[in-house]
Amino acid sequence: MALELKEKWSGAINVVNIGATREEGGSRDKVIKVGGQTTLPFLFNEGANPYKPVVAWEIWDIEPPDWPEELTRAHKDVLADALSWADKCVREYKAELLCVRLMGAHPDFGNKTAEQEAKFIGQLLKKVDVPLIILGCGDDSKDNLILPACCEAAKGERCLLGDAVQDNYKTLTAAVSADGHNIIAESPIDINIAKQLNILISDMGLPLERIVINPTIGALGYGLEYAYSIMERVRLAALSGDKTVASPFVCFVGHEAWRAKEAKVKQAELLEWGPESERGPLWEMITAVALLQAGADILIMRHPKAIDKINKYIDNLMITK
Amino acid sequence: MFIIGELINGMYKNIGKAIKEKNKTVIQECALEQIKCGADALDVNCGPASGKPIDDIQWLVEIIQEVTDKPLALDSSKPQVIESGLKVAKFKAIINSTTADAEKLAILVPLAKKYNAKLIGLTISTKGIPQNKDQRVELAATIVATCSEQGFPVEDLYLDPIVLPVNVAQVQMKDILEAIREFKIISEPSPGTIVGLSNVSQGTRVRSLINRTFITMAIAHGLDAAIVDPLDRDLMDALITAELILNKQIYCDAYLDAYRRK
Repeated sequence: MALELKEKWSGAINVVNIGATREEGGSRDKVIKVGGQTTLPFLFNEGANPYKPVVAWEIWDIEPPDWPEELTRAHKDVLADALSWADKCVREYKAELLCVRLMGAHPDFGNKTAEQEAKFIGQLLKKVDVPLIILGCGDDSKDNLILPACCEAAKGERCLLGDAVQDNYKTLTAAVSADGHNIIAESPIDINIAKQLNILISDMGLPLERIVINPTIGALGYGLEYAYSIMERVRLAALSGDKTVASPFVCFVGHEAWRAKEAKVKQAELLEWGPESERGPLWEMITAVALLQAGADILIMRHPKAIDKINKYIDNLMITK
Repeated sequence: MFIIGELINGMYKNIGKAIKEKNKTVIQECALEQIKCGADALDVNCGPASGKPIDDIQWLVEIIQEVTDKPLALDSSKPQVIESGLKVAKFKAIINSTTADAEKLAILVPLAKKYNAKLIGLTISTKGIPQNKDQRVELAATIVATCSEQGFPVEDLYLDPIVLPVNVAQVQMKDILEAIREFKIISEPSPGTIVGLSNVSQGTRVRSLINRTFITMAIAHGLDAAIVDPLDRDLMDALITAELILNKQIYCDAYLDAYRRK
């Protein structure tokens, strides 16, 4: 008989619940659970991989000004209206989780107020009944105004909000903590900062079980393997018993993949690369494939074709027999 | 690093008195304080003054288990005292300890097996304290061989090279450290290694400094466990940092706190 090698780990990844049903005080149709692994990804013979990785469809509160043509074409009829966009993702594409980026609050992209964004979140929660991930616009001082307002507007819905970073985590942590949400802790492909930030956030009283790590990734060809190795090391430490890093991962696949020249350049410019309608989604999908193997729990993605493929791929990976 | 707190020992005045008066608060507070400071397990020793160690150890084990589920190291040279403690231990216990003498091993290895306990093996025998590295390794091999023969898992064995006071046996320090490394290659899987730390500084004037310097060096030689005073914060900081340098823990600015909240 062949020798079967099995690793035994002492630690486990925390289970994070996103979304709250009516019985739990929210209004979501169901709860998305991520984490809970007691071994490396998909090694079902070694330990538990209880929840399947999940794709969150990324939508914006404004029409994205700089998305590549292939991406805007895929969402063209709804891009200008976030509520219709959200609705289409859920109804037509059967999205289980939505990730809304409040870019419209950015001083350079409309400078919407906290009240406007909070109202929008309220409308979005009425429009769709899937759990939500809510992201700021990336401007720290603006995010510190809009995100607490959105936390309050979504009180009880157990959303996932982000991103908290080492230099700006207190306001968001306090708001998330007060209104019963979860938080994304972002570190710049740096395991030491990932650990430190988790400690800082939990020191403010938000339990480690409500933190998801955004390790920051690079797309295929743009540092993917570097991100992979950081995620792998974090996961190995967590499985070895380091509770301070035992958080599920969220990876911004769409954001990174569609910045790659290989994803967005048109065939007219580089004939031998083939049509961008195939190449772009493929670039996004392949980036996601690698990250799943590194331990990604939530993939934030953009193109329907890439998402369709990755969902099928995940279903195949989750077959245990 | 597996830290066994050494403070519940009847030879300390407060503990000896508490055992005599059956004052469980003192013992339980001592247990919790050690755990708070980073102990993974607690040594339990009735001390020389205990008139009825067979009863006293049971009382100690039971009242400590009221406040913690950490493993307990039952510390006595008398096997019947150890077994008395094992009978009431709810969680995987540690037998502290056997020597390399055949008659001791014949009793304690089966006892460890019977109660699914871990076992500390001192590399010492009736012939006396070993004088160099080779004698230590030879005694260690005897202990490992007996465990293997009797089907006791070597992973549950901790070998102790016998740490001597630096002011008594300075020439042996290097041998003691090197013995730790050699213990690890006696068998596959490797046995664990352990030291009773405080002995190294016995009778010196800078005990804490000597303790933490020795343990740092021992960790670099592959030490897995130690019986220490976890309330010595400088010692614990040095120990955590030594493990950090060996890449056993991920660095972050708050790594000392992170270790303590494990």
